[in-house]
Amino acid sequence: MRFGHKTGSVTEELALVSPSKLAIDKVSKSFHSRAGTVLALDRVSLNVAEAEFVCIVGASGCGKSTLLNIIAGLEKPDSGTVLADGRPVTAPGRERLVMFQEPALFPWLDVLGNVLFPLKLKPNLTKKDRRDVAKYYLELVELTRFERANIHELSGGMKQRVALARALAPNPRVLLMDEPFAALDALTREQLYGDLQRIWKSRRKTIVFVTHNVREAVCLGDRVLLFSPHPGRVQEEFIIELPRPRDLNSVELATYASRITHALKSGAQSEAATAK
Amino acid sequence: MKRFLLAVLFFAVLTALWEWAFRAKIWSPVLLPAPQQVAEYLKTSATDGTLLQATVITMRRLLIGYVIGLIGGLPLGLLTARWELFHDTVGTLALGLQTLPSVCWVPLALLWFGQTEAAMLFVVVMGTLWSVVIATDTGVRHVPPIYRRAALTMGSKRLHIWLKVILPAALPFIVSGMKQGWAFAWRSLMAAEIFVTILTGFGLGQLLHYGRELSAMDQVIGIMLVIVVIGLLADKILFSPVERFLHRRWGTNP
Repeated sequence: MRFGHKTGSVTEELALVSPSKLAIDKVSKSFHSRAGTVLALDRVSLNVAEAEFVCIVGASGCGKSTLLNIIAGLEKPDSGTVLADGRPVTAPGRERLVMFQEPALFPWLDVLGNVLFPLKLKPNLTKKDRRDVAKYYLELVELTRFERANIHELSGGMKQRVALARALAPNPRVLLMDEPFAALDALTREQLYGDLQRIWKSRRKTIVFVTHNVREAVCLGDRVLLFSPHPGRVQEEFIIELPRPRDLNSVELATYASRITHALKSGAQSEAATAK
Repeated sequence: MKRFLLAVLFFAVLTALWEWAFRAKIWSPVLLPAPQQVAEYLKTSATDGTLLQATVITMRRLLIGYVIGLIGGLPLGLLTARWELFHDTVGTLALGLQTLPSVCWVPLALLWFGQTEAAMLFVVVMGTLWSVVIATDTGVRHVPPIYRRAALTMGSKRLHIWLKVILPAALPFIVSGMKQGWAFAWRSLMAAEIFVTILTGFGLGQLLHYGRELSAMDQVIGIMLVIVVIGLLADKILFSPVERFLHRRWGTNP
């Protein structure tokens, strides 16, 4: 890194491709409440390769969000290990950024301020570098015009795009997405699938994407993991071999989706049978 | 502009009614002086400097006490929000003392500090402190946990989270607590000044008190008007801009 050559360091900052690999080994987690103990995750093992896009699908309450929080370092597993780049995850950190179902944007900052927030926590960047990086990502999500807007003035889809820009800005190795588009309307969602695939390809991120929407998972993932609830386990794994960019409404995608939906339902049925 | 003219008209009508009541001699002129007399009192006391001096003394007491209350209240509120131990102890104390009308501090302040500036300050600080503690505590508790989690994943840590996330997120609550603290401080200071005659300076409350002693109703009403105007100005100059900013940013209705 050379000093006094600001444009150079910005290009460097933007060009830096930092792949990572996640290794989740026999992770278990249970929650205790008055109703009793729920085993949210039962010895879940999973490997994610560099620049891979993995989707985790399952009914609500199957522990998929818990797994994501554990990978993020926001929660601790009861047993098992999570390695990011070969190092154990002990606390949250900016190399694994999380995008939540709610945009979780800060209402006291404007759009640019929100994207700048994680950059201000990143050392070795000058003020100008930060602004340039933030503006680059705002352009990537096509919100340059709204950089001075207040958060409450944005639509739901725009908020999630700001959240995406904020998550991408500090250039994390891993992006963890917890049903980020669940609260949006179908049209906005479809547009964001396109944006996300484009960005994932150009920035080469490792993405773990949790959803209950099977078609969404097939549209985005290299791999789709089907989670079964009570206790949360990986029930089945599907490799999606469709060319990108994928069209949500194509027949091939629908074929994959119906196979996975079928497996999801049979899993739920067998669970109901054992419950009886 | 139209709204401004309507407001002016409203106060003109009010003054006219007052003038009419004076001329109709419903009350004795000693009890209800003419608007003219009050205006004259205000004019003379403004030109001879007594009014300005009293205002400066009162405002100095108020501001110093208020700032002390803020400086003490903010960290205390953060402590009670952060640790249950503080919430159960200091928080409960704050809640109890906040319900105590701040005039009730005057006798205690007098016995502790005597006829001094310290007694005045003490009353103002007690009026401010507890509202600020409670507002800060409530504000911090209302911060959605998702903000903290989002900040954590972006690499924000302890002190940074408190300064850059929790505190700004709690700002709407804190500002309304500051406003309430200001109102309490102002009321308690007036009560203290009316009850306590101290030789270190005559405030507006003392002028009011001597107006009563001398049965100088023009002085009483004049000073009351000044007190009302100061309260209005404080609201418009100190709090309104901040509140407008908060409403604009948060998108809440004013």
